[in-house]
Amino acid sequence: MAARTAVIVGAGLSDYPRAPHLSAPGHALQAMHRALADAGLSVADVDGFCGVGTQGFYYDDVLSLAEFLGLKPRYVNGTMTGGSSPEFMIRDAVAAVERGACETVVIAYGSDLLSNKNLFLGSGSIRKNRHGGVFLWDSLYGQTIIGAYAMAARRHMHEFGTTPEQLAAITVASRQFAAMNPNAMARKPVTIEDVLASRLLADPLRALDCCVVSDGGGALVITTLERARDLAVKPVFVAGSAGAVSHWGVNQMPDFSTTAAPIAALEAFGQAGVTPAGVDVVQIYDSFTITVLLMLEGLGFCGRGEGGPFVADGKLGLGGALPCNTDGGALSSSHPGMRGVFLLIEAVRQLRGQAGDAQVPGARTALACGAGGFLSAIGVTILTNQQP
Amino acid sequence: MKQDPAFLTIDRPLPELAPETAEFFRACLRGELLIEECTACGARQHYPRGQCIRCGGETRWKRARGEGTVHTFTVIHFNVQEPFVSQTPYVVAMIDLPEGVRMLTNIVGCSPEAVQIGMPVRVAFAALKADPAIVIPVWKPA
Repeated sequence: MAARTAVIVGAGLSDYPRAPHLSAPGHALQAMHRALADAGLSVADVDGFCGVGTQGFYYDDVLSLAEFLGLKPRYVNGTMTGGSSPEFMIRDAVAAVERGACETVVIAYGSDLLSNKNLFLGSGSIRKNRHGGVFLWDSLYGQTIIGAYAMAARRHMHEFGTTPEQLAAITVASRQFAAMNPNAMARKPVTIEDVLASRLLADPLRALDCCVVSDGGGALVITTLERARDLAVKPVFVAGSAGAVSHWGVNQMPDFSTTAAPIAALEAFGQAGVTPAGVDVVQIYDSFTITVLLMLEGLGFCGRGEGGPFVADGKLGLGGALPCNTDGGALSSSHPGMRGVFLLIEAVRQLRGQAGDAQVPGARTALACGAGGFLSAIGVTILTNQQP
Repeated sequence: MKQDPAFLTIDRPLPELAPETAEFFRACLRGELLIEECTACGARQHYPRGQCIRCGGETRWKRARGEGTVHTFTVIHFNVQEPFVSQTPYVVAMIDLPEGVRMLTNIVGCSPEAVQIGMPVRVAFAALKADPAIVIPVWKPA
């Protein structure tokens, strides 16, 4: 049993969704200081750092980022699993604090994808400048990021009769929450018909099945429960956290209608001692509508193949039985390249009662599920505001 | 090198070849589709790694029959990058081979609307516009 308990005491977001005054690491730096201020701590308290970037330039690796952020950490973690990186990092960050490798860890991320690159995520070939290595085959045949997820959507439709209308319900729900988030990129409500009328990008996925592209960054602060008792904030406990990887490039995906999520979920739910029925609010990586559907099935909120009917009744939206992505998610609020830290931050806000109009009343247990790569690396983190 | 007139021509980025993949592309120039087979445990794999990912054993090249069925696919309607930007719509598909491996590819020689999961397909070979000495497998309706 751990002599020390690690808890989340700070969460912060940088300026988003468009911030041309910030570089990618600048977002991380701003978010870190906001998270430290939220916690009532300072940069001098930080002796552990987890971070990766996604820009393909200088600040992708953990030590370049740590240096830009002005940190001199004793513990570092640069685990890169794409959008799920923070959900993979957090278990080790908690363990590092609990075993005394460090006292206070920051997990930080930043991206200037919108302002710097002006890219629509997934609209180009996979790894356009690198036609070797594991992405050789995707780049050679013009596979796109959207196309990778579209192949999974197509297979799910083939095996289970899932429909475009059912996938569209996931976007409709996310817009209900985005309308309450003044920073969200896409706040106008949409209907199923609007999604089905949007531009076909990679059949069967349409523009409104795909995430927005934004700038943005986020940071979390983790320290000991003992230290947290001296701080003004209510701590959030990491009740369960686990990850599982099935492949990296989509051409090696073992089964196009399921993912490694059941493996990660089994472990995370087991650690937390809860079941899906005990989760009050979920933040699920919504790079594309199909991503949410596959995660809901893999996490056990519904059975395999049942995702379509499960989401079609609006239960993911405002006032629904399973509120999902209560900041508007990647589909409607922000997607700065990799969004895993935003999932954890929104879960923390819900558990602190800070989610404003999108607050799920009395939320005690929240789940964040990151899906990195091409439905490849699934990280599941269960948070609670109740001391175990 | 003598060019087989039967080859299609296709505009694709030039692949970076690795020690493990060079023979795969050389065989395409001969009109042969190769997959790797482990000499120790018999497992087959694609893409090539030069060593068996199941047991670490040595692999040998096995010529595939060139038949397959569509496991899943997408029709790409939007790609902002060359050389694909002017080629939409095009089909990206995963092909199940009877030899037991699955392969990412393009399906050519039919309209994208004609492609379906389960459709039988046959391999064809296409020389790259940027370097006709580099030939890659593509697939056509059987």
